Amino acid sequence: MFSARTALGLMLGLMIGMSGPAMAEPGIVYSVGGKFDASFNEGAWRGAEQWAMETGESYGEFEIDGIAQSEQALRSFARRGYDPVVAIGFLHADALAKVAAEFPQTRFAIVDMVVEAPNVMSIVFREHEGSYITGVMAAMASESGVIGFVGGMDIPLIRRFECGYRQGAASQDADIEVIATMTGASPAAWSDPVRGAEITRGQISEGADVIMQAAGGTGIGVLQAAADAGILGIGTDSNQNGLHPGQVLTSMLKRVDVAVQEAFDEKTWSAGVVSLGVAEGGLSIAMDDNNAALVSPAMKAAADEAARSIAAGEIVVHDTYVDGDCPF
Amino acid sequence: MGDFIPDLSTVVALTDGTLRGATPLLLACLAGLYSERSGVFDIGLEGKILIAAFAGATVGILTGSALIAVLAAIAASTLFALIHGVACITFRGNQIVSGVAINFLALGLAAVAGNAIFSMGGRTPQLPASARLNGGDSWFTPMLEGMGRYGQAVEDIAFDQSIFVYIAFAAVPFTWWVLYRTRFGMRLRAVGENPAAVDTAGISVTGLRYRAVICAGVLCGLSGATLSMALNSGYINNMGAGRGFIALAALIFAKWRPVQAMFACLLFAFLNASESRLQGTEVLGFEIPVQLVQAMPYLLVVILLAGFIGQARAPKAGGVPYVKER
Repeated sequence: MFSARTALGLMLGLMIGMSGPAMAEPGIVYSVGGKFDASFNEGAWRGAEQWAMETGESYGEFEIDGIAQSEQALRSFARRGYDPVVAIGFLHADALAKVAAEFPQTRFAIVDMVVEAPNVMSIVFREHEGSYITGVMAAMASESGVIGFVGGMDIPLIRRFECGYRQGAASQDADIEVIATMTGASPAAWSDPVRGAEITRGQISEGADVIMQAAGGTGIGVLQAAADAGILGIGTDSNQNGLHPGQVLTSMLKRVDVAVQEAFDEKTWSAGVVSLGVAEGGLSIAMDDNNAALVSPAMKAAADEAARSIAAGEIVVHDTYVDGDCPF
Repeated sequence: MGDFIPDLSTVVALTDGTLRGATPLLLACLAGLYSERSGVFDIGLEGKILIAAFAGATVGILTGSALIAVLAAIAASTLFALIHGVACITFRGNQIVSGVAINFLALGLAAVAGNAIFSMGGRTPQLPASARLNGGDSWFTPMLEGMGRYGQAVEDIAFDQSIFVYIAFAAVPFTWWVLYRTRFGMRLRAVGENPAAVDTAGISVTGLRYRAVICAGVLCGLSGATLSMALNSGYINNMGAGRGFIALAALIFAKWRPVQAMFACLLFAFLNASESRLQGTEVLGFEIPVQLVQAMPYLLVVILLAGFIGQARAPKAGGVPYVKER
C-alpha cells in the first residue's frame, strides 16, 4: 500500500538529491512557455549557454509550468546557494520581491520587470523603440494598407510594444490601419499557437498583409498562419526569420541573451534598474539570408534611419508607461 | 463603432473560423460522449489530445506522410485511452484520478520524448508540406470560382477545409445513429445507466466499456492531429491549451447528446473566432476588454445552464466501477 510513511520516505529521498552546488553558481528560472519557445525564453537560454561556454562554469536552470511555481523555484534556488538567481519574465516579479527579502545575501536579477530591492538587478528593455522600427518596415511592406499585431497576454508591456509599432507604421503612412489583438488575459496566452493562428487568420480576413507577433510560443502559430496564407509575419525576441524563410519580413531582436550574461557576470551585476534600448544595442532588427529578398534597400534605409534617430534622441517613441494611453 | 451589418467577406471569414475552431473541440467532445455514456468519466481528454498532437507531429516529420502520422496520432491516443480503461474498468480505479494522471503523463511524456528526438525542449520542428492536412484546392474549385463571389464564398466555407473538419461534422450524425439506432448504441447507453441490467441480459459490461473507451481514444487522436497537423504545423508544449476541458464543458452543456454537442462546440468556436473582431471594438462608448471576450464561453455556460437548459444529468452509472454480483 501507498502509505503516509512511503510518501514521507519518498519526499525525504528526493530532498537529499537536492543538495546545492559546491560553489556559488548562477541559477536561471525561465518563464511560462518553456526554454525552447524560439522566442523570449530561448534568448535567455542562449545567453546562459554563451556565458557557460565562455567561463567554463555551469549554471542551474528551472522551467515553471505556471505562475504558482515561481516563488517555490526562486526560493529553492536561493536556499541551495545559487548566486545570482536570475528570473526571466515579468511573471516572477511578485514572487521575486518576496524571496529577495528573505535572502538578503543572495543576488537576484529579473528581466523585463522592475523589482525594487537592494539585492535585485532589474533589466528592462524599451521594446517600443524596437517595435517602432518594425512598424516602419511593416507599413512599407504592406500593399493593402492594413497591418496586424498579435500580442500574448494583455499586459502593459505588450500594450507599450503595440504602441511603438503603431507609431512606427504611422510615421510612414498616416492612413495605415493597424489591427491589434491580444491572445488572452492569463499566462496561458503565451503558449496557445492554435489560438494565435486563428487570430491571425481573422486579421488576414480583415485585410492585414503584414502581421507582427509578440506572443511567445503563441507567436509560432501566428507566423505559421501568416506563412500558410502567403503573407508576411514579423518575429519577436529571437531571430525567427528562419522559421519560414521568405515569409518572415524580419524579427525584432530583444537581446535577452545579453541581459542574462550581464546578470550572470560578477563584474556587470549591479543592483538597480538597467534599461536597454536601441542605443545600448539591446534591441535590433534581424537581417539574414532568409529575409534578404523581402527587405528592399529603401526599407532597409528607412529602418536604419529610424534606429539612428531613436538612438540619437531625435525620435521619441511614445512610452505608455510614462506618457499615458497610446495616441496612435 | 463598426457597422452592424457584416459584409460577405466577414461572414465567410467568421463561418470559416468557427468551423475550423469547432473541429478539435467537437472531436474531443464526441470522444467524451462515447466514454461517459458507457459510464466511464473521462477528464483525460486533454491528455489524449496532447499525446496525439505530439505523435502526429513527430511521425509526420519523421516519415513525411500525413496518413501514417494520423494513424500514429490515433494509436497513441488509443493507447492512453486503454491505460485509462485498464485502470478504471479492469482494476476499478477512481476514474477522476486516472484521468488526471493521464493528463500529467501525456504532458510530461510529450515534452521528454520530444526533447529526446528533436532536442528542441519538447517543441518539434515544422511538418513538411506533404504531412500537413490543412485543406486545399478541390477539383471543382475552378467551377465555383467561376461563379463569382458567392461561389467563392461557398468554396471557402464548404470545400476548402482540412479533412478533419469533414470527419468531425460527419461524426455527429454517425454518432447519433450509432447511439440511438444500433444495438451497440442501445447497450452503450444502458451500460452507463444500469450496468447490472445489461449484465443480467448476458452482455459483458467490461467489453462494452472497453469498446467505448477505444472509440474515445480514436476520436481524441483525430482531435490532437487536427491541432498539430491542420491548424498548426508541429507540436508545441501544452498546445492543447485546455481544449479537452472546454470539450467536457460542451458535453455537459449538451447533456451528453451528439447533435447538441455540435451546437455547443460551434458556439464556443464562434466566440473564439469573433475575438479578433470583438476586441477593442467600442460598444456604447466602452471598449470591449479581452477579459470579457475570453470569459464569454464560461459565462454563457453558467447562464444558459442555470437559466435555460435546466439540470444536466450525467449518466447514472458514470464514475462508478462495475462490480459483478456473485
